[in-house]
Amino acid sequence: MKKVEAFIRHEAFEPIRAELLDRGFPSLSISEAKGSGRQKGIVERYRGSTLTVNVRPKLKLEVVVEDKDKPLVVETILKHARTGEVGDGKIFVLPVEEAIRIRTGEDGEEVLQAHSEEGITA
Amino acid sequence: MPQIVSELNMAWVAVATVLVFLMQAGFMFLEIGFSRQKNAGTGVAKILMNLALCTIAWWAIGYGIAEGGGNDFFGDSGFFFHFDQTVAGEAVNGETAMLMLYGLAFCAVSLAIVWGTTLERIKFGAYVIYAIVFGAVIYPLIAHAVWGGGLLSDIGGKPVMDFAGSSVVHLTGAVGALAALLLLGPRKGKYDAGGRPRVIPGHSMPLVGLGVIILWIGWFGFNGGSTFETAGNFFGEVMLNTQLAAAAGVIGASLAVYLKSRTLDVGMAGNGAIAGLVGITAPSGFVEYWAAPIIGFVAGLLVVFAVLAIDRLLDDPVGALSAHGLAGIWGTLSVGIFGSARLVSEGAAPGLWYSVFGDEPFSASLGQFAVQGLAVLFTFIVVFAISIVTFALIRGTIGLRVDDEEEEAGLDISSHGMYGYPEQFIPQPEYSTGLPGPLGAGAAGAAVPAPAQMTATEP
Repeated sequence: MKKVEAFIRHEAFEPIRAELLDRGFPSLSISEAKGSGRQKGIVERYRGSTLTVNVRPKLKLEVVVEDKDKPLVVETILKHARTGEVGDGKIFVLPVEEAIRIRTGEDGEEVLQAHSEEGITA
Repeated sequence: MPQIVSELNMAWVAVATVLVFLMQAGFMFLEIGFSRQKNAGTGVAKILMNLALCTIAWWAIGYGIAEGGGNDFFGDSGFFFHFDQTVAGEAVNGETAMLMLYGLAFCAVSLAIVWGTTLERIKFGAYVIYAIVFGAVIYPLIAHAVWGGGLLSDIGGKPVMDFAGSSVVHLTGAVGALAALLLLGPRKGKYDAGGRPRVIPGHSMPLVGLGVIILWIGWFGFNGGSTFETAGNFFGEVMLNTQLAAAAGVIGASLAVYLKSRTLDVGMAGNGAIAGLVGITAPSGFVEYWAAPIIGFVAGLLVVFAVLAIDRLLDDPVGALSAHGLAGIWGTLSVGIFGSARLVSEGAAPGLWYSVFGDEPFSASLGQFAVQGLAVLFTFIVVFAISIVTFALIRGTIGLRVDDEEEEAGLDISSHGMYGYPEQFIPQPEYSTGLPGPLGAGAAGAAVPAPAQMTATEP
């Protein structure tokens, strides 16, 4: 299993989420992140003084998938998150040791799959 | 005076009183908006406590000192205001009560100005002690000198002209603010290692804007009500002057800050409105319409350069020293420049403008200008002396400033035990224990059910 962790622009999230859902990957998490990279900070001006804000808001997207699905997820993120400008973000892929579904206690790769019989609501 | 005239006059003063008390909400929002989120709640507590203490102090002592006749320095009647009492030789009646309440509203505005410089680091106890001294002694001494028949109401035959209190109310508050700030020092992190000022942005420009607009509206009662009467509908002239100066203040400050920094600073536009209003407070009943926008515009320019200059030395988060202090001085002096022969007080001379560009005798105008200057000087010396002693005593006893840890955590949680914006600081899960309450276990006992959409897309 792999965890795909992507730092992306906020506006990239919705198309990525929609396409991942289409391709059968409904499970994901996001959190608000602030970070710095090659993109420069922004300058806040307040009462005649300036303050450089060096970290910019980004979205952290986390998806855990079977090894074989990793290229598909990465490709989807790349497709929608890339604008070509500095500040598009980064993707990290990490190995995952175990996955356990809390409701049932079952573990293994099958917990990463959606329940086909229950259908999926967006 | 016929009863009906008095009743009409007091009906207007009652309206004006309500407007001036509304300004407390203006100060509250202005100061909270210029503070960080961790210091939002304390601003509410401060305004309520100050208004309350100031009220009792004014009723017991302050009103008597301010308006109770007496000598050049303080009044000697009207203490613990009640019926069957004579104040300055007149029996107390409903009109006296109305004017006494109106005076209190001014005292409370003046006190509210003091705390603008002290945000985010002062001990709550300092508010309590200073509010009593201010409401009982400091403000009443100045009000007595100018409006209560005291020292400044007759200087060699010339009265100080301060229609609604550029000096009496605004400069007084700002000088108290300066005294507090000198003993308090800047907020942590305001200056870098090289002593250069750093930005500590306030958390809500919308709240600042709301505060400014409420103050602006309240000011119609502040200046317009200072006619104390409806005769000749003169209050209409005063209110129009007020509006013209406030508008010009916004324009002046916006222009100045744009030329200086190439950005239209939101807070500065608000400071410009306040400066214009403070500037026109003294002259509002003494100048012609054409002079009002000039007075407001100059106040607007002044406030920007003053805020930038003061920021290098002193940490004044809301710009109280500039908007109330310097604009208050400018407003008081401007009566000596633009005071119109048609409108000036009995015994007073028209402004310098009319002697330079008109036929008024120059020496009389210069004399009036000097008298206006004397009011500034008197206010500064008296208020500063009593305030610095009071704050020094507070610092030497209960302490003036919270410790570093409390300042870091914010005054809301450290002084009041609660947050102004709890959800910004307490994680949502901490609210729910999932345990039943003591009563109605069935209803309260069911732990918060997960929202429907959370279960719909189950992995």
